[in-house]
Amino acid sequence: MQFDSFADFIAMGGYGFYVWLSFGSCALILLGILVSSLNDTKRIFSSVKQQAQREERIKKAKQEAGQ
Amino acid sequence: MWKWLHPYAKADRAYQLCNTLLPYFAVVTVVCMIVGWVWGLAYAPADYQQKDSYRIIFIHVPSAILSMGAYSSMAIAAVIALVWQLRNAELAVIAIAPVGACVTAIALITGAAWGKPMWGAWWVWDARLTSELILLFLYLGVLSLYHAFEDKKAAGRAACILAIVGVINLPIIHFSVEWWNTLHQGATITKFDTKAIDPSMFWPLMVNIVAFAAFVGTVTLIRLKNEILQREKHRPWVRQMLERG
Amino acid sequence: MVKQHSYWQLFSAVFSKDLKLAFRQRAEIVNPILFFLIVITLFPLAIGPEPGLLARMAPGIIWVAALLSTMLGLDKLFRDDYHDGTLEQLIASSYPLPLTVLAKVAAHWVITGLPLVLMTPVFALLLNLESSALLATVLTLLLGTPLLSFIGAIGAGLTVGLQKGGILMSLLVLPLYIPVLIFATSAIDTSSMELAYSGQLAILGAMLIVAILAAPIAISSALKVSVS
Repeated sequence: MQFDSFADFIAMGGYGFYVWLSFGSCALILLGILVSSLNDTKRIFSSVKQQAQREERIKKAKQEAGQ
Repeated sequence: MWKWLHPYAKADRAYQLCNTLLPYFAVVTVVCMIVGWVWGLAYAPADYQQKDSYRIIFIHVPSAILSMGAYSSMAIAAVIALVWQLRNAELAVIAIAPVGACVTAIALITGAAWGKPMWGAWWVWDARLTSELILLFLYLGVLSLYHAFEDKKAAGRAACILAIVGVINLPIIHFSVEWWNTLHQGATITKFDTKAIDPSMFWPLMVNIVAFAAFVGTVTLIRLKNEILQREKHRPWVRQMLERG
Repeated sequence: MVKQHSYWQLFSAVFSKDLKLAFRQRAEIVNPILFFLIVITLFPLAIGPEPGLLARMAPGIIWVAALLSTMLGLDKLFRDDYHDGTLEQLIASSYPLPLTVLAKVAAHWVITGLPLVLMTPVFALLLNLESSALLATVLTLLLGTPLLSFIGAIGAGLTVGLQKGGILMSLLVLPLYIPVLIFATSAIDTSSMELAYSGQLAILGAMLIVAILAAPIAISSALKVSVS
């Protein structure tokens, strides 16, 4: 460990603002793209499921109408 | 090798391949990211000149390397897509582009945040930073071209052509900017001497590079899966897969 | 059996058709020059009329204005042919598309680039450019503006089928113009210091040769994507 205390670690020898700004924005951007990609997956999954259910309903309705 | 690769031209096989690869990439990303950041931030010794501000190197250099790497892999995918008419490669181009743009943005932001304490200004027209900025423009060009087309089939091919044109121009742009920079800047400030980097700083840097590469791989795989699903959502195999799990 | 024409006949037919069309509506030729002139007038108004300062900035001003004014004509390069179906015919014909494209780009350069080259002495006077730099300016424009037409035509080909292609095209094309800008302005700068600038010209020439060989292929595949 290079730092004596947690406060030292945060201060980064006086460069804390720049170091944490870099690491913070980096984490933010990486998390952002990850979360939005995962959200896309969820959205596509649900839309496919919805479509399938819709077709199921249409099929059923047609069968009932035919009877 | 071609025989082995050929089945993956089919969408469902490619999707399964993504699924098998994804956990490995994800694990490598998580492990290397945690190790690399903790090592870089807390355990690596401070630089004798730049003190603790140099710790930005542990994200700046990996993101800069990966911004170039992602662009070249995007261009390779584009060549494959156009030459062998593989739709999956086209989707890979679209999957990589946003990730590459994000990594480029990180390289720019960290470069600026490192420049402020070292050069006294947030933005200096340094050759590397300028090239990164132009690279970001190229990424954004590919993305906005893709999204401008309504017909996604044409959009994919247009994006591929632009990616290839960009990759041919990239070295020319890079060298012209470098040359322009040496012409206009009296005393060039190099960020870090490449001659000798101490092992105590080199290894955490390597771990971080691996972490970034694995991250780019992970998100690209997720996005590629999305693109494949989006395109194939009316096909039976997608329905069957979703019903199963 | 349709009579086959030679490649040269094809080139000159397309080339002269585009020139004729442009000369019929003179606005197409006059507007880019007027635009260039106005941009150049704006700079002294914005930064002050001090002769030394203007001469120092002249290469940059001239080249940025040249980039912008060639962008103007690019939007029209394939658009009319796209809308009236000519482009489809050209793609479907048995003649090599890159050659047709080459003719069209050459015509575009004669319409937008060449007038700029010819008008340079006037612009140089306005910006107080030293006479030693005048020749360099003319030479860089002579080598550089066809490069701009070729690179720009790739963007024009990619965006021709889009509703709002114009702004998007500038976004795609302008980053690719950067090397041309750097080498051209540096050649003019060097020449105003009375130094040899043949190196920069050689690089511009090399880029132009590569563009003539490679760009028509890229443009024609872009057009095929846009039309299909």
